[in-house]
Amino acid sequence: MNAIASRFSSSSSFKPQSSLGEDEEYGSEYGWGSQAGFGNLTKGLPTFTMPQVQDPSAFLRLHTDDHADPSCRIKIKHGTTTLAFRYQGGVIVCVDSRATAGSYVASGTVKKVIEINPYLLGTMAGGAADCQYWETYLGMHCRLHELRNRERISVAAASKYLSNLVYSYKGMGLSMGTMICGWDKTGPAVVYVDSDGTRLKGDLFSVGSGSTFAYGVLDQGYRWDLTDEEALELGRRSIYAAGHRDAFSGNTCNLYHVKESGWDLIGNYDLSKLHYDGPQGIEGEGYGYEIRIGRASEKVAA
Amino acid sequence: MECSFALTGKDYVIVAADTTAARSIVKMKIDEDKIKELSPHLLMAYSGEPGDTVNFAEYIERNIRLHHIRHLVPLSPSASAAWIRRALAQSLRSRNPYSVNLLLGGYDTAEDKPKLFWIDYLGTLSEVPFAAHGYGSYFALSLFDRYHNPEGTVEEGLATLKRCIDQVSKRLVVAPGKYKVKIVDKDGVREVEI
Repeated sequence: MNAIASRFSSSSSFKPQSSLGEDEEYGSEYGWGSQAGFGNLTKGLPTFTMPQVQDPSAFLRLHTDDHADPSCRIKIKHGTTTLAFRYQGGVIVCVDSRATAGSYVASGTVKKVIEINPYLLGTMAGGAADCQYWETYLGMHCRLHELRNRERISVAAASKYLSNLVYSYKGMGLSMGTMICGWDKTGPAVVYVDSDGTRLKGDLFSVGSGSTFAYGVLDQGYRWDLTDEEALELGRRSIYAAGHRDAFSGNTCNLYHVKESGWDLIGNYDLSKLHYDGPQGIEGEGYGYEIRIGRASEKVAA
Repeated sequence: MECSFALTGKDYVIVAADTTAARSIVKMKIDEDKIKELSPHLLMAYSGEPGDTVNFAEYIERNIRLHHIRHLVPLSPSASAAWIRRALAQSLRSRNPYSVNLLLGGYDTAEDKPKLFWIDYLGTLSEVPFAAHGYGSYFALSLFDRYHNPEGTVEEGLATLKRCIDQVSKRLVVAPGKYKVKIVDKDGVREVEI
């Protein structure tokens, strides 16, 4: 206990710690003559730990799965559909909840919307760990921005912070495709940020393996002057469509609405229930093709 | 796929770039501006690796702006081109080089001449009367050889550009949908609809 306490206490005289190895000695050079307690920062700034190999990204590529080689040791969890769009009444964010590792459904209850703060949401596609870690980290910096500047960070600034951060790790194996959504002084905003370093402002985005299926429904139903009800329904239906057609998306969908007062979780919907019974849970009111067609033919008969 | 074109005329340069931002087979955005205004008389169209493009363009934009603030005069187009080429050439031998291709169009207010430079990610710089990047260049260059007039009016230049865009739309499988077109002349930069 004393050992830990002394590491963090600022002692008046700087003593090189005897636990430092030979090659770590150089660290004390920077503290030479200083009266300040360096605590656990004797080696200067903290650095990002990397695998001790020649080329970390090539190493990672060799041992993780992709299209070329699905039979490797480390399987990164991905396969997703996420969407977010801006409209007259705010931002709708809707995501599925399935995590797959190769052909195995690793989980059906993943939270793919990361609640950065009461006004900012981030979505998760690509590496689950990368998104979770860096978006939480982003949340920390957004809070620091609030404390420093006495006002909330804009969506543009928050997304730029994240994109600059992932860009600095470009080519080192980060994998994330995210939408930073929120409401700031300029109104509702959606920004797409991915691990290539791409950052795009826009009205409507969908990311993940099921994004094409989601776009099919979303683009056709999208208008700026959607009502809140219509917008929520469009988000739900689009994720349902992707969950139905994409093997790597499914289980349930999480629906959020961002308004001027911050975000609201509207609900979690089971996609199979949406297929048969729709969001209200009325039998025969489902989104499924056969159910929809069945309904139409009943009307014709009546 | 990304396409950008540029051509000079009697006293102007026209720069055009497509406006799509794509990721694999999906168009993520259809109204992205890929032409930066570096100074009152300088335009830069950029294309290449996603992420690198915007980052590099913003780096260049800020440094050119810094020069303007420090020296009260903007860097001339040819000096800017040389500086940008050097930035790319240095990056080429670094750990992760910028993969960015550029078209730099400007109006040299000292010489009263339009200038156009073609720059690629390897750090090749050449001054040309017309230029193109991307798959569109395979169709555009021959067309420019045939139809470009270095003494042409703005209307003539825009007509040649229109030919070029139409040709690419006609023959290229992965032709972009929309283009942003900007003109730089002695009065500065302006955007035109095509």
